Amino acid sequence: MPSNASERRAVPVRAPLATTADNALKIVVVGGFGVGKTTLVGSVSEMRPLSTEEVMTQAGAGVDDISAVRDKRTTTAAFDFGRITIDERRVLYLFGAPGQKRFWFLWNQLFTGSLGAVVLVDTDRVRDSWYAIDRLEHHRTPFVVAVNRFGPGPGLAEVRRALDVSDRVPLVDCDARSRESSRDVLVTLVQHVSGPVHGSAPTSASTPEDTP
Amino acid sequence: MNHGPLQRESPDRLYTVTGGRGGADARALDSVTLIVSECEPVPGMQSEHAAILRTCVFPTAVVEVSAELGLPVSVVRILLLDLLDAGRVAARHPASSVQRAEGHDPETLKQVLLALQRL
Repeated sequence: MPSNASERRAVPVRAPLATTADNALKIVVVGGFGVGKTTLVGSVSEMRPLSTEEVMTQAGAGVDDISAVRDKRTTTAAFDFGRITIDERRVLYLFGAPGQKRFWFLWNQLFTGSLGAVVLVDTDRVRDSWYAIDRLEHHRTPFVVAVNRFGPGPGLAEVRRALDVSDRVPLVDCDARSRESSRDVLVTLVQHVSGPVHGSAPTSASTPEDTP
Repeated sequence: MNHGPLQRESPDRLYTVTGGRGGADARALDSVTLIVSECEPVPGMQSEHAAILRTCVFPTAVVEVSAELGLPVSVVRILLLDLLDAGRVAARHPASSVQRAEGHDPETLKQVLLALQRL
């Protein structure tokens, strides 16, 4: 269990990064409550996901959409994150961020400079994802949609229609409990980012469309 | 899941920890800027500063410092700026923060893909 600051610890519980680490990258997994964000992050993370929070006060004003929280002086957003070491200099942080509108202030700081996002969808609550998708499109953040399968449900084509996302956005099924499946979602995202969206030469292998 | 300790944290204490300042420049410290201690804690140092110096013996992201100390990210940013100003820690900023316009460099994307495929 996380301890509080008054408890002195000589060595952090998590394994340290290499002393040469100097370039941290981010991928954000966004979705509604209970959709499996932390499970997905935990499935691929090299450490048990850590949890922390961000508090927005008036100082956070002036970004965008302040009207959503104007009536409150502070808003607290809890989020989880994990980590994957890429090489001796690069490390990838994976954030699980709540998708509700009132947490927009947290998104701004997590999405800035991120490689991209995974929108994790529960087919029973597809509309929970609408706001996140709208914001990602607005900020031109590359993203993929992953349907966390809890059981039988609508096919991907139907989910795509319900979400109203372009055919260019990869849409995949996943099982967030599975390391392989969660990894494949991230691979799909990075391939998507490496493709036509961001400059590098498009390759024939980088169009990961869903094949129902 | 376990957000209890932070939510019970009194706003007054957070105010005290930061000396009453707010609004650290978020651009200066990304949530994944890596912090590295440049010195050992010294006697008489504010306990949160000392805790950061102990935590950041190895490179540690801002959000990891936050989780480790049990303090909100915005509060940790202010504490880190104090330590940066005093030269007690160094900040290694993400490459994406300086090359945002061009997107991520292809070599980085390639290495990320390879690392994921090794999982």
